[in-house]
Amino acid sequence: MEFLSIFSIFVMACFVGYYVVWSVTPALHTPLMAVTNAISSVIVVGALIASSAAAGGSETSRYLGLLALVLASVNIFGGFAVTRRMLAMYKKKDKKPAVSNAAAK
Amino acid sequence: MEHAATPEWAMLAYLIAGVLFILSLRGLSSPETSQAGNRYGMIGMGIAVLTTLILHPVGLPFIIGAMAIGGGIGFYIAQNIKMTAMPELVAGFHSLVGMAAVLVGCAAYLNPAAFNILDSVTNEIHGASRIEMGLGVAIGAITFSGSVIAFLKLSGRMGGNPIMLPGRHIINLALLAGILGLVAYFVTDQSAWVFWTITALSFAIGFLLIIPIGGADMPVVISMLNSYSGWAAAAMGFTLGNTAMIITGALVGSSGAILSYIMCKAMNRSFISVIAGGFGDAGGPVAAGSGIAKPFKAGSAEDAAFIMKNAESVIIVPGYGMAVSQAQHALREMGDLLKKEGVSVKYAIHPVAGRMPGHMNVLLAEANVSYDEVFELEDINSDFAQCDVAFVIGANDVTNPLAKTDKTSPIYGMPVLDVEKAKTVLFVKRSMGGVGYAGVDNPVFYMDNTMMLLADAKKMVETIVKSLGH
Repeated sequence: MEFLSIFSIFVMACFVGYYVVWSVTPALHTPLMAVTNAISSVIVVGALIASSAAAGGSETSRYLGLLALVLASVNIFGGFAVTRRMLAMYKKKDKKPAVSNAAAK
Repeated sequence: MEHAATPEWAMLAYLIAGVLFILSLRGLSSPETSQAGNRYGMIGMGIAVLTTLILHPVGLPFIIGAMAIGGGIGFYIAQNIKMTAMPELVAGFHSLVGMAAVLVGCAAYLNPAAFNILDSVTNEIHGASRIEMGLGVAIGAITFSGSVIAFLKLSGRMGGNPIMLPGRHIINLALLAGILGLVAYFVTDQSAWVFWTITALSFAIGFLLIIPIGGADMPVVISMLNSYSGWAAAAMGFTLGNTAMIITGALVGSSGAILSYIMCKAMNRSFISVIAGGFGDAGGPVAAGSGIAKPFKAGSAEDAAFIMKNAESVIIVPGYGMAVSQAQHALREMGDLLKKEGVSVKYAIHPVAGRMPGHMNVLLAEANVSYDEVFELEDINSDFAQCDVAFVIGANDVTNPLAKTDKTSPIYGMPVLDVEKAKTVLFVKRSMGGVGYAGVDNPVFYMDNTMMLLADAKKMVETIVKSLGH
């Protein structure tokens, strides 16, 4: 892909990120960090490419890829699982809608 | 560039993964939609992994083995970690992303053909890819070593106090200039020494940057490292021309940056001064030792129980001390008993209470506190003037009125919870000796309407619960 077109995606995504993150309620900032941590493990794509490099390439490169794959997998599974565990704890007991503070945001 | 080798269906799949990641953050705008959001994130990751595997199907047994090992470890940790240990867990996970980015960068450098970044004419790595790779490895290495230090400090394996090296600003700036200079030089010369020096210098600067930063600045540090892990993924995404990585990198990068900004604002500190480090290193012992012991009122758990039972409204202000002593469950029990007595109970959370953004909210949620009883600073601060009791537990600096009045105070200008306006302040604190992180004495301790409850937070609350029981 052309550099400029891929750079445009990047710039747009920064703006999307900016607006989406500001809309996250402060009560969920810890889960936000956990989930961003999990999705930043999308670096796993690079690790997979390195791990599956066909014969002829550098063997070291392949081992580095596999090691990266282990680390990224810890993060993917750990990150999403811990986020799920945290989010399951956020409960509302009263059925009444939250007073004033919902309107203030 | 020759990224065109990726088929169109795969590019589309990566784009879909990227969009799902956006939706997963969007879900966090409210607790009701948050679990669905997390699922979108998992689906997005699944799509990204599957697409890559279909494109690169060589060596599957090893790949599946590596994922099973990593996934098993990750899942085990996630299921067994204590909620109070969340800050160090997140720091630890950041370090893994950083290290993975470094390893992927190294792998790409050693086997550029596999990553499709080799120029077919010169048989060297594309100039643009070298910059992206250099930056990716540098940011990844900083994320790794910085997060390792943050992890050690947060988990108490290393003292929380800032460690000051002489001339550290000059060393850091020199290192930074060296890294940037080498990344630029890397474009003209792809020799191994350039690449490995960039990597080594970046590990060093990450280490040096976080060493001088103290415990209570950790919310900023951990958010900043969160942001870096995103930028590292984005840089690698440019190398691979992969939209999922670029979108995610940008999302995570801006998320961390915004959280750092919110944390800095909540402490009235500039980002630069946090990074420069050393806040409160001289203040502690001086402020604690100076002056004559001022008179204060100490009370017992029974007194506290009596006062709260007869109050109409109680606002609970938790801080890091609550997390340290694991008092959140006892606290919720206390809240329940008070509500049974007809007392209105609310929780007030300062943005920097604890060691990471939202730390207190997670602990209260763990203890089964309904999230509509938990309020942010700006939503509840005006309520203190009308409330009967402010129950401060393990928080100090975030309640210090000097931040509003004393221009010489190191915390001047920081937004604080107006606990002193409540009719009675009950202040749970281990002892009178210690001062908050900023090393500033808190005038609230010595007010006529303050009763100090000097004990371990959890024990104190448990005793209060017992006396409320009969």
